[in-house]
Amino acid sequence: MAQQNDSYSSLETFQSRIQIALWFVMICLLVLFFRFFWLQVVKHTKYSTASESNRIAIITTPAQRGLIIDRNGIVIARNFPSYSLEITPAGLNQPIEELVTSLNAVLKISNKDRQNFYRSLQGSKKTESIAIRNFLNDEEVARFMSRRYAFPGVEVQVRYFREYPYEELGAHLIGYTGRVSQKDREKLLAELEETSDEPSSDELRPMKIKGIQQVGKIGLEQSYEKELRGTLGYSQVEITAGGRVVRNLSSTAPTAGSNLSLAVDIKLQYIMERLYDKKRGAAVVIEVSTGDVLAFVSMPTYNPNAFIDGIDADLWKKLNSSPEKPLFNRPLRGTYPPGSTFKPFMALAALEGKFRTPEQGISDPGFFKFGTTTFRDDAVNGHGFVNMRQSIAASCDTYYYILARDMGINAISSFMKDFGFGQLSGIDINGEVRGILPSKEWKKGYYSDPSKQAWGEGDTISIGIGQGYNSYTILQLAQATAILANQGVVMRPHLVKMIEDPITHQKTLTVPSETTKLNIKKENLAVITEGMLAVNRTGTARVPFGGVRYPVAGKTGTSQVFSLGGKQYNASAISEFKRDHALYIAFAPTDKPKYALALVVENAGFGATAAAPIARQTLDYLMLNTWPQGVPPWKTAP
Amino acid sequence: MENRSVIKRLSFLWQGLDPSLAIILLCLVVVGNITFLSASSGTVVGWVEQSRNLFTAFIIMWVTSRIPIKWLEKMSLWVYLIGVTLLVAVAIFGIIKKGARRWLNIGIVIQPSEIMKIAMPMMLAWYFHKKDGIVQLKDFFIAFCLLLLPIFLIARQPDLGTAILVFAAGFYVILFAGLPWKFVLPFAVVALLGIVLIIIFGDTLCTKGVTWPLLKSYQQHRVCTLLDPTSDPLGKGFHTLQSMIAIGSGGVFGKGWMKGTQTHLEFIPEKHTDFIFAVYSEEFGLFGNLALIILFFLLIQRGLQIASAAPNLYSRLLGGSVTLIFFTYAFVNMSMVSGLLPVVGVPLPFISYGGTALTTLGFGVGLLMSINRGRRLIQT
Repeated sequence: MAQQNDSYSSLETFQSRIQIALWFVMICLLVLFFRFFWLQVVKHTKYSTASESNRIAIITTPAQRGLIIDRNGIVIARNFPSYSLEITPAGLNQPIEELVTSLNAVLKISNKDRQNFYRSLQGSKKTESIAIRNFLNDEEVARFMSRRYAFPGVEVQVRYFREYPYEELGAHLIGYTGRVSQKDREKLLAELEETSDEPSSDELRPMKIKGIQQVGKIGLEQSYEKELRGTLGYSQVEITAGGRVVRNLSSTAPTAGSNLSLAVDIKLQYIMERLYDKKRGAAVVIEVSTGDVLAFVSMPTYNPNAFIDGIDADLWKKLNSSPEKPLFNRPLRGTYPPGSTFKPFMALAALEGKFRTPEQGISDPGFFKFGTTTFRDDAVNGHGFVNMRQSIAASCDTYYYILARDMGINAISSFMKDFGFGQLSGIDINGEVRGILPSKEWKKGYYSDPSKQAWGEGDTISIGIGQGYNSYTILQLAQATAILANQGVVMRPHLVKMIEDPITHQKTLTVPSETTKLNIKKENLAVITEGMLAVNRTGTARVPFGGVRYPVAGKTGTSQVFSLGGKQYNASAISEFKRDHALYIAFAPTDKPKYALALVVENAGFGATAAAPIARQTLDYLMLNTWPQGVPPWKTAP
Repeated sequence: MENRSVIKRLSFLWQGLDPSLAIILLCLVVVGNITFLSASSGTVVGWVEQSRNLFTAFIIMWVTSRIPIKWLEKMSLWVYLIGVTLLVAVAIFGIIKKGARRWLNIGIVIQPSEIMKIAMPMMLAWYFHKKDGIVQLKDFFIAFCLLLLPIFLIARQPDLGTAILVFAAGFYVILFAGLPWKFVLPFAVVALLGIVLIIIFGDTLCTKGVTWPLLKSYQQHRVCTLLDPTSDPLGKGFHTLQSMIAIGSGGVFGKGWMKGTQTHLEFIPEKHTDFIFAVYSEEFGLFGNLALIILFFLLIQRGLQIASAAPNLYSRLLGGSVTLIFFTYAFVNMSMVSGLLPVVGVPLPFISYGGTALTTLGFGVGLLMSINRGRRLIQT
């Protein structure tokens, strides 16, 4: 019993507390009831009036999207005004379905228009106007206006749409905008929540998003969405009980989005795309000292204007199923074995790691035997005696088979990593892929089958000539060439140079100021440059670069798409999409490098015959301002 | 005869369910669904999902009601420890959304503070139960420590609303365990004084540039807009002002189902979730409100009845606390919507849309039913 006295917890206490709790609950609920009584009976008239006059709606005005302008001031993405037929559901005097049917008698409304309209209608306010038809021509506007009395709640409004005046040109780098999808909406909401400090929902927020009519879907339009979008304007308007606007109470004007000033030279892009003509491939040109990307070519390309108002299902299907993959951003996302364009980097690695001296040579019999496997040189009888410079100029495979064996995979992959092979370059466009820089760790992670995970010494041999597991983007190859040309200084590549405020016209540089410098000896770089100069004078690219009037370093490459298993290559016997890729890298002028480039022409055979001529004409334009033959003159869009 | 036996064989399905609780809940759910349909202007898209949430909650309730209370008692400490561990994990690896770090990705995204709403009273009830017969002053002290640890973790996420609810859940257990009034009264007096002072000096405290200690600026802002919603009618005061207009304009009989102008012209924010009561109140008026208040009172009365008849200290404390949590949800929500309390994210139980809250509530009701079953099993 003594214990019981110490205790605070007994059945009696509990029962009495339950009673108290019940009283407490009753009192609280009574307070609530009085509150309701106060609001609903005593103050009813006041609130009733308030709700009657509570007819203030907020209507958003879209902002003009920023322009995209090339490095010479040519506008490549702009907005154009167009008439849209819009329906405000709150103002209608008939069911929407009937209205759409009767409207169709006046103006053609396609199934696609209908679908888009009903999709926007879901989850939108009754006071919001929604477009049922875009891009009305003058005749259609006149036809509707004459019958307007029959359609209360339907109006013709001017809206701005995105337009790409050069159509296919540079489509992959510019990208396109489109209607805001459910996914975009979620992304925009998340973005707004991130920028807000308050962990709660704010009434204006969903509206802020609803007012956004187009959003960048891909390319720079997507990557710089925030800068291009601008800020919506708002008007507070008084509406009738039905939701129709009576008068404007106050408004905040929208702020236009910022303009993007590109590093890209659209004329250069035009020339290069024309040089590719019907061929498939990718090319990247970089200004060495700044990291400015002057051209970012992906062929074939497509017309981004088709996406603006929602792409036609048939066209979408056609673009998606084409074996040429026109929607695939090749320089950013396509990975290729670099083939012999890898050799200058191998040679530099050998010099830096003291595996070779420039004069040290080998005698090439035309093949290299490693264990039971024979690795062939493309010169069947071999190149005879070759030192390092000659090995680059003549593209001697045997030299690099042996070099790769001597260096081992670890030395190769750690050197190549610094040059950005298999690494993200950090370019300012979303979706970049890494490719594969082969290493022991990579192979272990790549294969799930333990018997395939171990790195075999034989795997290293073909790495030396840019084959085997090597797989890089053309952007990485161009960037590596730029680093080579820039004496080891790494500049992050970028497509946008400046962001321009639309009001103050103040320009902010986006060019990253931070650079890193690789620790590479000048004399070693000189050896590589000499070897690459010889490529264009006496070596594999002497024909396409015949009579060149500036010193240009280059390297051809031909990369196997699939393994021949040691057999001779015969282009005509192989289906087109399995033929070799032609590659070429270059920088010029060698005394004070300004431009670096890398390009691939898919399934086109030898680098020297298919890829080098495009590079020659590109460089002639850049260095000498010579307009290539056969390319129609540039016309600036009106 | 055939029918009889089928019914008999199936009777295990509802044997654990308490009929009076079940009927009250059914009424609440019907009210919730009717209101939800109006809030969605008759479209059934969200309604289907809400029905799924309700079904899930029902299953959880049913399963919980069949778990012997002894088992729950044994689980208490573990549930608490898991909850606290998850809260620590949130503090370290949590996902940040809407400016707060509240969520954890463990394959699915969960909000561990939600677990604490039930884990907290379970733990404290278990603790006092262990001390049955010899609860001393120091036990109250330890109980407070056990309570404040997760509260601290939740409050710094920050999530003041949940922190308050979890605190309340634990505090109810401590009160039911017999915490002497002399420890409660001083705090109650101070709190009351504070509220009165804020109301009197609200204007000075809410002038620009004045910052309050302990509260974040948005929290201060919420208190200020509560004192004077008209100070920021299109900003933070929007919620409260519009919901008050909705309630007030509803009058005695309401505007009728689907006829609330505030609702249908979209002046009510969060009209499916935290502010659904404004929709209900606008359309069903003071009579509707009275009916809802009575329903909640009956729910609480039945819950407390079950608790007071429970066979042991653990189930008594847990039952009492869970019941009062239902009350707290309902009271805080209705007060906030009618402008008596600042806006905190608390749903109206069994009526607001949302899966997480319904899951917790379903579990809570299940607990009450399990306690009730335990009592009957002892009697028979």
